[in-house]
Amino acid sequence: MSSDYEFSDNEGEYYDSDEMMDDYQNDDDEEMETYEYNNNNNTNDNDYDYTNDDDFRIPTKSKSKSYQVEYTSLTQSLVEKAMKEEVDHVSGIFGVEPSTATLLLRHSGWNKERLIDKYMENPTQVLVESGCQVPEPIPSSSSSHSVDDKSGSGSRRATRSSSKLSLLSSSITSSNRSSSHKKISSTSDSSTTFTCPICYDDSPSLTALSLTCAHSACSGCWNAYAISKIRDEGEHCIRCMTEGCAIVAPDEFIHSVLRDDGKDLIRFQELVVRGFVASNPKLKFCPYPGCTNTVSCPSAAGKSVLSTLVPIVSCGARGITSSASNQNQNPSSFSTSSALSTTTTTTTSLHNKEHIFCFGCPIESDHRPVICAVARLWMKKCEDDSETANWIKSNTKECSQCQSTIEKNGGCNHMTCKKCRYEFCWVCMGPWSEHGTAWYSCNRYDEKGGVEARDAQSRSRASLERYLHYYNRWANHEQSTKLSLDLYAKTEKKMSDMQITSSLTWIEVQFMKKAVEALEKCRETLKWTYAMGYYLGRGNEKELFEDNQRDLERAVEDLAELLEGGGVEMEKEKENVGGLRQRITDKTVYVQKRNEIMLEDTAIGFQDGRWKWNVGVDGFEEPIEDFGGVV
Amino acid sequence: MASISSRRLSKELMEIKNDGCPVGINLVNADDFSTWLFTIEVMGDSLYQNEQFTLQFRFDQQYPISSPAVQFVVTEGRQAPVHPHVYSNGHICASILGNEWSPVLSVIAVCVTLQSMLASCKVNQTTYRPIDNDRYVKHAPENPKKTRFHYDGEF
Repeated sequence: MSSDYEFSDNEGEYYDSDEMMDDYQNDDDEEMETYEYNNNNNTNDNDYDYTNDDDFRIPTKSKSKSYQVEYTSLTQSLVEKAMKEEVDHVSGIFGVEPSTATLLLRHSGWNKERLIDKYMENPTQVLVESGCQVPEPIPSSSSSHSVDDKSGSGSRRATRSSSKLSLLSSSITSSNRSSSHKKISSTSDSSTTFTCPICYDDSPSLTALSLTCAHSACSGCWNAYAISKIRDEGEHCIRCMTEGCAIVAPDEFIHSVLRDDGKDLIRFQELVVRGFVASNPKLKFCPYPGCTNTVSCPSAAGKSVLSTLVPIVSCGARGITSSASNQNQNPSSFSTSSALSTTTTTTTSLHNKEHIFCFGCPIESDHRPVICAVARLWMKKCEDDSETANWIKSNTKECSQCQSTIEKNGGCNHMTCKKCRYEFCWVCMGPWSEHGTAWYSCNRYDEKGGVEARDAQSRSRASLERYLHYYNRWANHEQSTKLSLDLYAKTEKKMSDMQITSSLTWIEVQFMKKAVEALEKCRETLKWTYAMGYYLGRGNEKELFEDNQRDLERAVEDLAELLEGGGVEMEKEKENVGGLRQRITDKTVYVQKRNEIMLEDTAIGFQDGRWKWNVGVDGFEEPIEDFGGVV
Repeated sequence: MASISSRRLSKELMEIKNDGCPVGINLVNADDFSTWLFTIEVMGDSLYQNEQFTLQFRFDQQYPISSPAVQFVVTEGRQAPVHPHVYSNGHICASILGNEWSPVLSVIAVCVTLQSMLASCKVNQTTYRPIDNDRYVKHAPENPKKTRFHYDGEF
């Protein structure tokens, strides 16, 4: 896929992509550098090389392969900067406070174009809808209980503050910085002391806070309210506590209300960023636990492109960052290697996996070469117990008396139910007693019906076998991928042994690590090729696909054999470590080459629309052929 | 220090004792700060004339930040009013008890709202329970706050 394959969208729904790029571009100079230092366990060179080119347009990771997508990974602070630029832009155009601009943008789902249009049309309405400004007071009966005036859903309590509303709202557009919220230490309205309407506290030391709507409450109640919103509801849009009041608290207000509670403040900031990321189809939050990075992938924004590409991205971070003791945990789980090996640095680097995920769907792994829709179909099929039912259907019958499920695994047709002792004929399911003298052969069954029943059963069985063929291979590679942790540990051991028993240096035994990594990667690809193969429609294309698959599989198994079985062999030919190294390196290169071919060919096939499915897939034509039995 | 919840409830109770309840609403029991009971009658010309219902409030520690659990009592000969927003197990589908709850509302305010909800009930509605009554009552949690209502009416 070429870089000019930009997802263009005419609705003006999202950002102009150029602006977006600029936003991220301007601030990357220092940020990316420091980020690189923080993650210095990242020993893999090329993939996350954030060297800055002068020309911003050239993506940091140049897209050379047709099965890769262009993407940029962003830290939370970078996303915050991008948000800030949007805010500053809007704030400049409208001449409003940045805090107001923030609320406006959040309300409009960060859709700047639409916001500007609407704002130019009717600024007051937009300000009211976004919770920045109090609406013009609706003339109401000024009753003491708000519950009495049910008429307008947005109607608020008619309070004495209503006369001040227009005055307050006009101050929001002024440049007065502190206008967004006020502190009223003592109100002079009715009494000398302030009574919080939430907790009914009236101690003189109480600090009353209110938003532009002038509904005050004490700081303690605001704190409890904000924390409950953030913790329990995961909400960053925190409105005034008064019933029916739609005024939203600006960020500075939340910051002051949360006081020094660092955890909730961090959470609040994260929620704000998540809201921004979620409203922009070109961005996706890293799904790995504890990770706060974001990936920007403009070429995969939009459902329609997902039928032609598989947007696998990586957020640039590694490992599970939630615990600070990460570094200590990993070696302990591989005690064999950490104790004696001189390569502890590689231990951590091997197991601090990259955060690889799919930009287009919720699958948190590299499901190339198969596209999202088909991958999801396959996952669903594997999760469903429909296949279990299928098996039961094709292999068992029910006792016609007690309905127990019975599998006939041999013997004659004279069945005796273990449970209820009912004797019946397996062929006609009738009671055995009626068979009279025709022992062991059932002639009571309608010939035609018998043939049909057998056909149905064998069709069902064939479909099941087909599924199992693909599933077993898929599961096999999945299992091998899981076992690769063991293989890593074993390889570590071998690598350190090799340094002792042979003249190879640390740098020279790295070929083992490279081989294991290549192996794992290719198994992942192979695994998903079986999901793809199951759904591919018959034809020459499928045969070519299966040829590629076979070549890759052979290469993978050869390399695995050499790595896992090679230990014994290696002992024998200690003097010949050099030869082994050569063979493994060769095979690694070959495996990578086959993997490349597999991915490249399928990716090009998707772009050319070459693949046909045997089931209905979103974005593709309905299958023409009928492969009876394929569900 | 007493929690916000008990401080607030003691103030509300004091106000009720000083100023009394609105017409038709009577405090039956408020011995602690976890469960209060009220009787509620609809005054004037209405479909629930001469009927008295019992309303139960349950408060958690987060009150008034979180809403109270409010329902009609349906035991000991008590019935829930037949109303399109009241289930036969006493649960009430009212948005102010859920997503439109505001900490500024009080126990009395909720009572008054529910009273006016009953008062505004039209003639042709009195024979109805909510349409999904049977299904809901069968599976309803004990605490109405655990139900996620979809508010489709005015209340």
